[in-house]
Amino acid sequence: MKKELCQVVSNQSIADSIYELTLSGSMVEEMNEPGQFVHIKVSGGLDPMLRRPISIASIHKEKSEFTIIYRKQGRGTSLLAEKKQGELVDILGPLGNGFPVEEASVGDTAILVGGGIGVPPLYELAKQLVKKGIKVITILGFQNESAVFYESKFAEFGETYIATVDGSYGTKGFVTDVLSTKNIRGDILYSCGPTPMLRAIEVSSYAPKVYLSLEERMGCGIGACFACVCHVKDDPDGHAYKKVCSDGPVFRAGEVAI
Amino acid sequence: MRSLSIKLPGLSLKNPIMPASGCFGFGKEYSQLFDLNILGSIMVKATTPEPRFGNPTPRVAETPGGMLNAIGLQNPGLDKVVSEELPWLEKFDVPIIANVAGSTEEDYVRVAERISKAPNVHALELNISCPNVKTGGIAFGTDPEMAKDLTKKVKAVSDVPVYVKLSPNVTDIVKIAKAVEAGGADGLTMINTLVGMRIDLHSAQPILSNRTGGLSGSAIKPVALRMIYEVSQQVDIPIIGMGGIQSAEDVIEFFYAGASAVAVGTQNFVDPFVCPTIIEELPALLEKLGYDHISDCIGRSWKKHEQPAYHRA
Repeated sequence: MKKELCQVVSNQSIADSIYELTLSGSMVEEMNEPGQFVHIKVSGGLDPMLRRPISIASIHKEKSEFTIIYRKQGRGTSLLAEKKQGELVDILGPLGNGFPVEEASVGDTAILVGGGIGVPPLYELAKQLVKKGIKVITILGFQNESAVFYESKFAEFGETYIATVDGSYGTKGFVTDVLSTKNIRGDILYSCGPTPMLRAIEVSSYAPKVYLSLEERMGCGIGACFACVCHVKDDPDGHAYKKVCSDGPVFRAGEVAI
Repeated sequence: MRSLSIKLPGLSLKNPIMPASGCFGFGKEYSQLFDLNILGSIMVKATTPEPRFGNPTPRVAETPGGMLNAIGLQNPGLDKVVSEELPWLEKFDVPIIANVAGSTEEDYVRVAERISKAPNVHALELNISCPNVKTGGIAFGTDPEMAKDLTKKVKAVSDVPVYVKLSPNVTDIVKIAKAVEAGGADGLTMINTLVGMRIDLHSAQPILSNRTGGLSGSAIKPVALRMIYEVSQQVDIPIIGMGGIQSAEDVIEFFYAGASAVAVGTQNFVDPFVCPTIIEELPALLEKLGYDHISDCIGRSWKKHEQPAYHRA
């Protein structure tokens, strides 16, 4: 973990309100696990004041670069979308614990399930799994056709299915509809996306091992402020807890209450 | 760094900079980023007799120049703080200020009595100003008589000096300050957060699950300065100032208002290196402003005479 002024290599729109930002910096040396995030100070001033946590979509060690993908939504991400090539951005990272690639063995089939802006961290994961000799099947869900991104990039790593809520592209419905109708089963499932989607995955049986990446409003991003705390599944009303930023954001299904 | 050393009741500080309670946990996270030995002190997270989970999320919301939090005093409880968190901090040459919280007078007394015996706890910070818990907290900090009584009871059992953390959510903060001074407080820490709210544009509901939260960050700096300015002229006990400090310049401003040391809170979340940066920049700033020692700045906005000797280390 370090704080560094990283340089913008490129920053472009790749789908409706979705931006792909590539940055260069020495913190890339510390980036290994897919699913970790960086904490970005998007403004030099006081609005917004706090950093924005955004997951790492791909790591390019040889070039000391990494890519993040974000949705331009509020003031913070709107300012981020204005960053031009060559600009310096204050970044703290890499943070958190990502997807355990080591839980998949050579010859296994891994199912990757992403929803909306939860799709990006699965890309680096797919890359690392395939490199290790694991078969990857990807199912991605979006609101509609204009929101779809990275389909062809995931397709390079294996079978890729798209679901859209309005049916304007791919299968009409949710990722779980694809999983069920195509009867997709695997040895391990990794997922990131909206909480209702994660809940549906958690109670399903598409794979014996399931890992989920959670999202929560964060303060410090390093575990000190207790803003992003969740209950553990075994003790949903007690005082046991996990911090999404520093214990997660990836948890084994059943570890925390979602 | 001799120009930065400060002596306060129970505290011999190598510099007057410390992270504020609730913004630094028990130090572990930040120790991965810098050597905690450089800090003047650490105000650790509030401790209650029993473990607490705190409020449901969302627990934070933002506003330009500030943030609202409603964590709800989440902490591992007195047993674990005394047996694990405080001993872990012993490896650093840093006096600890333990923040004491609870729902009842008995809670405060129980925590104070035991935590004040920890070898590295050099002072207590009595938290009678947390706005985010249903019972205790701010209730003790808004009623002068209750604040005085609680201070007396805690003083009676504490092995170390007691600083009382004041709430800005009162009509007359001087009245509360005088009451806790009369109750035997050795010092004051001020200010805690201001109660505020943000409402979501789409749901039309408050963003925080607790509905209200405590506002912190640079937005509250002028309020903190005004209150320290008023209180420091009316009491004879030192003040550790806090509220939106981000820079060495801010530190000097708090000293001018009447603070004898300062704590940095929310800015730790924005820049985890803010404390080391301020400590590094202060000597040059003092020199630039023409002061030999940071104690020369205390209360300079309102007093002309020499500083009392106890401030000099």
